[in-house]
Amino acid sequence: MSIRHGLLTLLDRRPMYGYQLRTEFEASTGSTWPLNVGQVYTTLSRLERDGLVRSVDGNQEGQRTYAITDVGRAEVTAWFATPVPRENAPRDELAIKLALAVSTPGVDVSAVIQAQRTATVRAMQQYTRLKNTARADDLAWLLVIDSLVFGAEAEVRWLDHCEARLARHHTRDRPVARPVALPDDEEAVRR
Amino acid sequence: MTGRHDHPAEAGAMAGRVLELRDVTRVHGAGQARVHALRGISLSVEAGELVAVMGPSGSGKTTLLSLAGGLDRPSAGAVVVEGTTLGALSPRELARLRRRSIGYVFQELNLVPALTAAENVMLPRELDGVPTRRARAEAVAALDEVGIGELADRFPDDMSGGQQQRVAIARALIGDRRLVLADEPTGALDSETGEAVLRLLRARCDAGAAGMLVTHEARHAGWADRVVFLRDGVVVDQTEALPGADSLLIDEGTR
Repeated sequence: MSIRHGLLTLLDRRPMYGYQLRTEFEASTGSTWPLNVGQVYTTLSRLERDGLVRSVDGNQEGQRTYAITDVGRAEVTAWFATPVPRENAPRDELAIKLALAVSTPGVDVSAVIQAQRTATVRAMQQYTRLKNTARADDLAWLLVIDSLVFGAEAEVRWLDHCEARLARHHTRDRPVARPVALPDDEEAVRR
Repeated sequence: MTGRHDHPAEAGAMAGRVLELRDVTRVHGAGQARVHALRGISLSVEAGELVAVMGPSGSGKTTLLSLAGGLDRPSAGAVVVEGTTLGALSPRELARLRRRSIGYVFQELNLVPALTAAENVMLPRELDGVPTRRARAEAVAALDEVGIGELADRFPDDMSGGQQQRVAIARALIGDRRLVLADEPTGALDSETGEAVLRLLRARCDAGAAGMLVTHEARHAGWADRVVFLRDGVVVDQTEALPGADSLLIDEGTR
């Protein structure tokens, strides 16, 4: 997440001081990305160094107020016009875990997949409940929840896909061995 | 775990348990061709609860829903709806219980094209002997509940897919049925219209109905209080109950 562009976009609305920026940032992203004040001031001083913002007179409490510059406005426009790049390599811990699980003897990959699926679906239930209790006019917050929902959905679909691929792989390359032998199975086989 | 007295297992035996599957097995075919669609499933749904059943194709989830709705009979075990064991009923009694207590929302809407929206919705009530005028009033109320009261006199062919889906849902909800069963109820609807369908189902359960939703989409299962994972006819896992609404309100308050 580019805190830099986030803060710059907020300053494009009106000049603000650090604490205000932090509050507005969290309000418009549904507290999904909490910031500490230190991060905000570090980012602001870099923005100032790069000429994207300038500090204007402080308020009564002596807090420095920042205003966006023309260069800063151009940067905001460019940011909205540029797609967010996807990571080239899957640095996702789950992808790595499954990759290692299939190549490590003694790991029950199906169990790893199911445990993850249950956890992700449960997270989905929590996101959905947040969505159901959100105010209908809180568009920014609803979009953020939807992003979490669709992310979780993609993960579950990918897990389903992994499981199907695993099953195909096993039936092709190995003698059929079912992970759990139920009494009914044995009966069916004998008949 | 908490030792509370209102644990569903105890309370459910009284008024709250709307659907109960007891050690249900369903075998299709015979001899060599025998297929176990379900193997000893036990599952219950309380009033006010929405349970989602997830599983890949062939996991038995549609069979499970058919058994729960009395559209199919188990090979072994019992299906109990509002205290009545379905297997003990005559075909006539079963048909009556299905019309009065159970609402179905399936992927295929099965709307009658020659009937208006209101007439489609009131059909099960009329079959049940409710006078036409009252059945119509109930149908219009049900259509209002799903947000299309003004389309009561329109024919299905003159409605969008999302509107037709709402008619099918109104038909499932009419007459205050306490058990609502849904099989991939969003069909081919776009994601926002599909979400509206799930919202309706959720609202109906929040109002006291028991719901069972069969789906392979995690996004839809997210609306449930509990998600049960089915594989090869057995329950392999389920999600723990969510924290109560109180703790979520606290989360909300920190925003």
